Amino acid sequence: MEIRKFKNIHRLTILLILCVILALSCNNKATDEIKFHGVSQKQAKNKKTEKVTEFAVDAPPFSYGIYPCTDCHANFAPKPEKRELVEWHDDISAIFNHDSENRWCLDCHDLKSRDSLRLASGKLLDFKESYKLCGQCHGEKLRDWKVGVHGKRTGFWNGKKEYLLCVHCHDPHAPKFKEITPEPPPVRQEDIK
Amino acid sequence: MKNENSRRSFLKNIALASFATLALSGCDMKALEEFLQQNFRTLSKKEKNKIIKNLAIDYKKKYGKEFNVSDKPALEGTLFGYALDLARCVGCRRCVYACVKENNQSREPQVHWIDVLQMEKEKGIDFAHSTSQYNPEKVPSEGHFYLPVACQQCSNPQCTTVCPVKATWQEPDGIVVVDYNWCIGCRYCMAACPYGARHFNWGEPTIPVEEINTEMHYLGNRPRMKGVVEKCTFCIQRVREGKYPSCVEICPVGARKFGNLLDPESEIRYILENKRVLVLKQELNTQPKFYYFFGI
Ligand code: HEC
Ligand code: HEC
Ligand code: HEC
Ligand code: HEC
Repeated sequence: MEIRKFKNIHRLTILLILCVILALSCNNKATDEIKFHGVSQKQAKNKKTEKVTEFAVDAPPFSYGIYPCTDCHANFAPKPEKRELVEWHDDISAIFNHDSENRWCLDCHDLKSRDSLRLASGKLLDFKESYKLCGQCHGEKLRDWKVGVHGKRTGFWNGKKEYLLCVHCHDPHAPKFKEITPEPPPVRQEDIK
Repeated sequence: MKNENSRRSFLKNIALASFATLALSGCDMKALEEFLQQNFRTLSKKEKNKIIKNLAIDYKKKYGKEFNVSDKPALEGTLFGYALDLARCVGCRRCVYACVKENNQSREPQVHWIDVLQMEKEKGIDFAHSTSQYNPEKVPSEGHFYLPVACQQCSNPQCTTVCPVKATWQEPDGIVVVDYNWCIGCRYCMAACPYGARHFNWGEPTIPVEEINTEMHYLGNRPRMKGVVEKCTFCIQRVREGKYPSCVEICPVGARKFGNLLDPESEIRYILENKRVLVLKQELNTQPKFYYFFGI
């Protein structure tokens, strides 16, 4: 009995040694450790992000049928005075909350060219470039947006990217980000099995 | 005692059994090959191709769909990094479920690679007073902020060093991966991970066939088996093709940022250079490549 036991242990040891050898032989690459701080010099051949000259943006999120604005506005004279809108756009008037004390539609929309936005300088702006309008007052956010840090880009991290406009996330008339419904919580760890 | 005996005789018989299998030749050669399969890293290109072809056949048998299993290696000159804007995240959990779908996590038993923790603004980052069980009508909740946690892709990972069979390692592009065929399920790595980012398949994973993502990577989202450990791989099957991880794409507030740390033009480098950045449990010197920042 004693001897048999010994023999078995002996076999076990050999098996163990074999296993260790196997494991070690597979281990040779495990030491090629990567460290961010050290590596940036070593792997200097950086893969540069392709430069995008213009900002490719998703289409402006207009409500259905609202654009071109001139479909309606060509039919009547523009009214420049600040007022509560009742005949139309009463929805916008009602929610308007963007420094509203000091602001009016025509700080951003053009009186004559309704299909364009308007910068403070008087320069007309396509709706696809509305970020420039926002950037007049939110310069630091625009800077972050351009480099993909505020807002969101999709596409390729090493290539072409598409931007969401500011107005995809912020209603320009009430820009505070809207609350959303969360997805369900996970099953509790102790309930998993 | 009986138990021990049978284990001994099992060990004794391994050699015999493999010879027998060899002799019978083709009885189940594939199973034997799998048994003898080396760590994925040490295989030649030809051997890898063969394994992957076999996998595609297996998956097709199991799920009745065509699969594309990639073994694309790291792109030269890339070291991936991730940043998450704590000032932006609203805790909506869209990322959690996009990840489950993209990466073929088990629905039942449930496996989530991303855990979103709700914390109190007053207490700051405090895991002891956090919960992942919050469930209000709308988020964000007054006075709270949200801290999603997944694999921190450490430069100095503890999980890989404790693995007794080297089934998990760091790739040249910095992604820590698991070879599920090599994992023996001992879960040492889970104990070693200070972020709770590794998950064990306690049961046979289930995925609705119509929801399986058939674009897969060997070291990533290919379906796992019972008894192996899995975790976030930065969507290795996407990012090695130049795409963003799917959590980045789904995030409705744009809080999730991803890119090449070696590219000075990348958003990730801009964040490291211009924002207030922190890593979780810095004192442990794990050196995560997952950064949290305040995009104010
Ligand atoms: C369905 C018709 C219709 C469309 C389409 C429309 N508007 Fe108007 N809009 C009106 C009417 C009517 C008024 C006047 C409302 C009032 O005085 O109560 C008005 C008023 C305005 C005003 C206030 C200044 C003024 O001239 O009275 C602005 C600014 C404005 N619209 C912008 C726009 C913009 C920008 C668009 C396109 C994105 C647009 N509108 C599309 C009907 C329309
Ligand atoms: C801070 C600048 C700003 C102010 C002030 C502003 N708007 Fe706008 N508005 C915009 C921008 C930018 C868009 C484009 C949104 C888009 O691309 O879908 C827009 C879109 C619109 C639209 C189209 C909305 C839709 O449903 O698609 C209407 C109508 C409009 N504005 C009317 C008004 C009226 C009326 C006022 C005044 C009460 C006003 N705006 C004030 C910036 C502004
Ligand atoms: C003429 C200056 C001006 C322009 C142009 C402007 N904003 Fe603002 N914005 C302000 C001011 C002032 C405030 C702070 C006052 C407030 O909260 O109402 C503000 C506040 C905000 C806020 C914070 C709201 C909150 O309650 O948290 C957001 C988001 C915002 N703006 C987005 C935009 C976007 C998007 C645009 C472009 C469509 C834009 N702004 C254009 C002046 C501007
Ligand atoms: C992907 C969605 C998204 C886009 C695109 C986006 N923002 Fe924001 N922005 C947010 C969220 C989320 C917040 C946090 C809002 C909150 O807490 O109410 C925010 C906050 C802000 C604030 C308030 C200050 C702060 O830091 O909290 C301003 C101002 C602002 N954004 C301006 C802009 C401008 C200007 C652009 C375009 C150049 C833009 N945003 C594009 C999602 C977005």
